[in-house]
Amino acid sequence: MAAKSPATRAVPSPLEWEYAPAPEARDILALEDRYGLYIGGEQIAPRSRKWFPTISPATEEHLAEVALAGPRDVDLAVQAARGAFEGEWSALRPAERAKYLFRIARLIQERSRELAVAESLNGGKPIKESRDVDIPLAAAHFFYYAGWADKLEYAFPNRKPRPLGVAGQIIPWNFPLLMLSWKIAPALACGNTVVLKPAETTPLTALIFTDICRQARLPAGVVNIITGDGSTGAHLVKHPDLDKVAFTGSTEVGKAIRRELAGTGVKLTLELGGKAANIIFDDCALDQAVEGIVNGIYFNQGHVCCAGSRLLVQESIYEPLVAKLKRRLRTIRVGDPLDKNTDLGAINSRMQLDRIRELVASGEDDGAEMYQPPCRLPEKGYWFAPTVFTNVAQSSRIAQEEIFGPVLSVLTFRTPEEAVEKANNTPYGLSAGVWTEKGSRILWMAERLRAGVVWANTFNRFDPTSPFGGYKESGFGREGGLHGLEPYLRFDR
Amino acid sequence: MAQAQLLPRDLELPLDLRLPRVGAVDAVALEARAGELAKRSIKKGSKLAALDLAIRMMDLTTLEGADTPGKVSALCAKAIHPDPADPSIPSVAAVCVYPNLVAVAKRRLAGSGVRVASVATAFPSGQSPIDVKLADVREAVALGADEIDMVIDRGAFLSGRYAKVVDEIVRVREACGAVHLKVILETGELGTYDNVRRASLLAIAAGADFIKTSTGKVSPAATLPVTLCMLEVIRDVHDETGRIIGMKPAGGIRTAKQAIQYLCVLNETLGTAWMTPELFRFGASSLLNDVLMQIRKQRTGSYQSGDYFTID
Repeated sequence: MAAKSPATRAVPSPLEWEYAPAPEARDILALEDRYGLYIGGEQIAPRSRKWFPTISPATEEHLAEVALAGPRDVDLAVQAARGAFEGEWSALRPAERAKYLFRIARLIQERSRELAVAESLNGGKPIKESRDVDIPLAAAHFFYYAGWADKLEYAFPNRKPRPLGVAGQIIPWNFPLLMLSWKIAPALACGNTVVLKPAETTPLTALIFTDICRQARLPAGVVNIITGDGSTGAHLVKHPDLDKVAFTGSTEVGKAIRRELAGTGVKLTLELGGKAANIIFDDCALDQAVEGIVNGIYFNQGHVCCAGSRLLVQESIYEPLVAKLKRRLRTIRVGDPLDKNTDLGAINSRMQLDRIRELVASGEDDGAEMYQPPCRLPEKGYWFAPTVFTNVAQSSRIAQEEIFGPVLSVLTFRTPEEAVEKANNTPYGLSAGVWTEKGSRILWMAERLRAGVVWANTFNRFDPTSPFGGYKESGFGREGGLHGLEPYLRFDR
Repeated sequence: MAQAQLLPRDLELPLDLRLPRVGAVDAVALEARAGELAKRSIKKGSKLAALDLAIRMMDLTTLEGADTPGKVSALCAKAIHPDPADPSIPSVAAVCVYPNLVAVAKRRLAGSGVRVASVATAFPSGQSPIDVKLADVREAVALGADEIDMVIDRGAFLSGRYAKVVDEIVRVREACGAVHLKVILETGELGTYDNVRRASLLAIAAGADFIKTSTGKVSPAATLPVTLCMLEVIRDVHDETGRIIGMKPAGGIRTAKQAIQYLCVLNETLGTAWMTPELFRFGASSLLNDVLMQIRKQRTGSYQSGDYFTID
């Protein structure tokens, strides 16, 4: 009977099975020593005569020099975009515009391995994520908006949609090529031209993208890419000849941009920070919820604006859930972003690492309990172990501020009402997750959560057909889906 | 959670150990996790170690109406020396046959350390009276089987008669005596992962040493998500009761690459403690030669044709 079963059998001595290194080959990526600005369809040296190095955050290895665009360069880029808009682009038949976008999408697919290697090398994210998430989704966005280009009148029945003109776009370093596609694909589909500034630390895939524009024979000036730092972004936003600004990044910079543009008539969309609640009910599928929690906060080292950084657990399952979560953390493989088995890569920059460390120290000072699994971090480069804080007070900084790193704060709740109250009790409102087997409760929660996206029994799932954007300090405007067209159009009626 | 009851109060169960609540399984997330683990890239030394282990974990199987003493003898020879040209290749864990062929296998494997597993309990359907099933088990044990692979009564399970399912396993367990018992759930007939989880718990509660996915006679047989689901049950049972249960995916595992994927799922769900033939088996008939081929490729750097590996 059960009592005779092998309860007392000792676990036999385990086999030590380590995964041998499995690095993705780098030779598919041929980097130039120096990258100029991509303005008017040409790579040109910056008028500013300034250059800056771009590195691999995993090793601090120097990868290339890129131009730092100054005010004169920004002006040239906007002029080029204006010229292209007034010239052939806005007058082009929509179906012809669509062809360019389809071509770009296919070229991204064709060059996906090269782009994935560049993304992981320059940004520090695991190759499995850039290979399976970033690059395929970037191509999917171009495919999706290519489809809309000649159907805008059907998207907005009885209204007459027209392009805005020139869009200035600033993107962050967490999903460099994906954010580029979120910005450029709808803008071009709607007949606009763009000046895009990639993030200071991750310019490489945007620079490879310029070659894709060349291959696609996109008319000169339709896409202009200017690399630089915060000052470049500031010059771009202030340029008087823009019709539209789209920004994804920190709430602080987003507020400054909004102040700058107030009263100018320039259209604006902001996609800013978040402090998403991932809410775990006691009837959920526990092991799968643990996977969802891990995906929610450790995906892309937690450098995700919609990361599930606040875990709200129903108190009745708090102990088994936290035990399962800690055990799962011990299997997370931290290391070389180019290794195909790496789950957690490098922190994107020294600056970001310092910020994570500072917030984690504040969590410890507040009396929260910190857990990190044993893992050996590389000596060079920027690294942070996956971290869980338990016993976190709602008032603690680590429960309120966006950490933007692999750091999870665990809080508890007793009833659905309390879960909603705690989840909404934040200046942000970008995303939320709900884990329960009860369908009616999912709908009840989704109705009450003030967040742009509510995921049920999953997390960090993206699709070009689904709009994405925030409430409150997480910004306004939507990207993706039919909703993502509107910010790039004006309506004659 | 820990206190939650597995089954209604009026049900008599031979439970003297606490078991986890039945709980739920989310199909989408389970399949996503299995898919993610299937993408692990296993190279060089770790690949060789995995392939060697896969052979040591193999239950080399033949379950055909056309099985003869000659066929089973040949299979036994292969089980002892999978690659006659390479003495470093280990023997497999067991040979799995129908009861009628247990005696032949037993004689042929004597002294080799390879065990004899016999299917029983009206395999593969399990649709026979309990007395027939018990007689089937007793005969197989008397003929010398070291391990019994029984099937659960899926008809009873799917009509909600869980007590009948449990009761049968308990009685088979008794009939087995000290013989090792693997309980086949036939997951391909259970329909949902929730059912797989429930059936796994019932089998463990009733005294299974191993839980096994499939007979190999129903499609789909073993899949990675189903195996992950069952390994998670084993993990929960160990957490709550300390009992250590083994796992056997069977059917449909034909390539070395698949076998390595299963080992990755095992490694990252239960850890290296379970990476032993004592606690994990592959039920397979055609996996062995692909593993041998991959080992030779890994050692010599080139593939050799199928003609260099014996067919048995």
